[in-house]
Amino acid sequence: MNYPWMALLFLVVKGVCILAFFAVNAMFLIWLERKVSAKIQNRLGPMVTGPHGSLQLIADTVKLLLKENIVPTEADRFVWWLAPFFVAVPTVAAFLCIPFSATWIVSDLNVGILFICSITSLCVLGVFMAGWGSNNKYSLLGGMRSAAQIISYEVPLLLSVLVVIMEAGTLSMQGIVHAQEVGWFFLKPNVLVAFLIYLISATAEVNRVPFDIPEAESELVSGYHTEYSGMKFSMFFLAEYANLFIISAVAATLFLGGWLGPWRPSAVWFLLKVYGIIGFLMWVRWTLPRVRMDQMMAFAWKILTPVSLINVLVTGWLLVIKG
Amino acid sequence: MDFEELIINMGPQHPSTHGVLFLQLKLDGEVVVDCQPHIGYLHRSIEKIAENRTLVQFVPFTDRLDYIASMNNNVGFCLAAEKLLGISAPPRAQYLRVIVAELNRVASHLLAIGTFAQDLGAYATPLFYALRDREKVVQIFDQLCGQRLTYDYVRVGGVSGDLPPGVDQLIRDFIAYERRMLAEYHDLLTGNVIFCARSRNIGVLSKEAAVNYGVTGTNLRASGVAWDVRKDEPYLVYDKFDFKVITGQKGDSWDRYDVRMREIEESLKIIEQALGGLPEGDPVAKVNKVFRLTGETYMRTENPRGELGFYLVGDGGPLPYRLKIRAPSFSNLSVLPYLVRGLNISDTVCVLGSLDIVMGEIDR
Repeated sequence: MNYPWMALLFLVVKGVCILAFFAVNAMFLIWLERKVSAKIQNRLGPMVTGPHGSLQLIADTVKLLLKENIVPTEADRFVWWLAPFFVAVPTVAAFLCIPFSATWIVSDLNVGILFICSITSLCVLGVFMAGWGSNNKYSLLGGMRSAAQIISYEVPLLLSVLVVIMEAGTLSMQGIVHAQEVGWFFLKPNVLVAFLIYLISATAEVNRVPFDIPEAESELVSGYHTEYSGMKFSMFFLAEYANLFIISAVAATLFLGGWLGPWRPSAVWFLLKVYGIIGFLMWVRWTLPRVRMDQMMAFAWKILTPVSLINVLVTGWLLVIKG
Repeated sequence: MDFEELIINMGPQHPSTHGVLFLQLKLDGEVVVDCQPHIGYLHRSIEKIAENRTLVQFVPFTDRLDYIASMNNNVGFCLAAEKLLGISAPPRAQYLRVIVAELNRVASHLLAIGTFAQDLGAYATPLFYALRDREKVVQIFDQLCGQRLTYDYVRVGGVSGDLPPGVDQLIRDFIAYERRMLAEYHDLLTGNVIFCARSRNIGVLSKEAAVNYGVTGTNLRASGVAWDVRKDEPYLVYDKFDFKVITGQKGDSWDRYDVRMREIEESLKIIEQALGGLPEGDPVAKVNKVFRLTGETYMRTENPRGELGFYLVGDGGPLPYRLKIRAPSFSNLSVLPYLVRGLNISDTVCVLGSLDIVMGEIDR
């Protein structure tokens, strides 16, 4: 590592790996979701392209890449063009601090969890820009809803993360995993409560059922990305699934012991936990109806936030008593 | 601050306006200030076509009114025609008509429940369950008359053919199967917290308002008015069967869903009794090919969506002078602006879904 160009090369390689994982993982998740939903709904799902439709997503990607990029005439062009990047780039950046195993982490920042939480909250900006820039009433409503929703659910989400930080005594993602070597955090009742709050808020953060209000199909056609087509649309789409992976990865790291497992390789354990959580979220998505905007806001501010505040307080007391 | 109302054109191409309905919504934030339904995107001038067709020729057109419940339309029109001509179908045909009408009612209610859940944001799962069960009914009809959507099975003076061998067993299997499956719907939707929170006390239609707007069918019964043409003005052989008129208490969206769920059970009961008491004989009466239509008549039947009326006027010729169709969905839709004022846009979709309209018979 004495040569600066070596360090640069390493950075580039890591970046390419992350981008590749970002795309491939999102595509796999889309395929998985289509298969899971088909299973729940007595269908087969994609079956034609490749064995069990495994190549379907490659075909879809090619189609999206080749599609015409339609810009609405009255759109705020600058904002409209920028929006998909504002959604996709923070999502990729969040992968930097995800510990896949003891050694597989791009950068173990000492404020890792804070970095992930803050960079993913940037997504809301892109969503709102998309809703505003499209100059479409449905998109505008979707963007407004999204902004309100994500900002509201950020509060209980961070408060539940705070409980873990207090227990672990560190903000570093690897540090949090190492702190769980004596026992996974969700086994403690107060962290279990935080885990449930985290799962609910994170579902709202990534706009999934029952909180898919910003893109409520039956009400707002497609919400903030109604006017997007081609690769711009697929940026939103990929980011959505990458975000799903990130919230599940964070959940696995914070609450389920990350890559810790009875035997090696530890990355397998990590992925097992992550896909387990993703599977659960998919199951929820294809089962429940959607809540209403005001019900969702009331739920965030009247139930989740007070409960998580009390939880933080209780955790503090417990830590003080334990010394 | 200066506030302005946002006008949203919902439809005619929109995922949840059930066909080509166009709602002009005036919004204050997300609250609906006013709602104006615009119809006519599916107009095919069926009433005018009726003036140029003989009664027998017109039966296939009734399939295209409420295409979710074609059998019931067939039954309604054929009864009107028979009333005008002063003839009646043989008993076996009457029983067969009851069986197919009730089967179609089950299929129609299933679809109504499925799409209602879809409108509430349950991503397609209840809808696919409903379509799975409806498929069984459609297959029975396919065996019966060779069609899956527009059946043209009921004819003036009878039905187009007797039950093929094996179909009565299919129907019996379907009844047993559907009773099992209803439990699944209850598990998935009826007790679901989110489903209840979304539909309870939303779009409450009072008894008086329902009667004043001419709302009929399940929507009227959900408001607590026990009015069912099958019971109160029995046609065919409905007076021979034991079934309850299901009513709701409040008239909210959840009641409308619940009434449909329970009506499916009653319909299954009717089918069971009709199959058990199916008389022997010829299901087709000998009817003239050409009639002279004189006088006028009005016949109403209970469609899955409400009271379907046919007003037939003859002037002595072979073609009807005028046919007026009273489509239940038309009156049911007219109550929508009254229901959604003050609700928000998500509830508008919920109320619209719970009213269960079909554009085919609104525009005719």
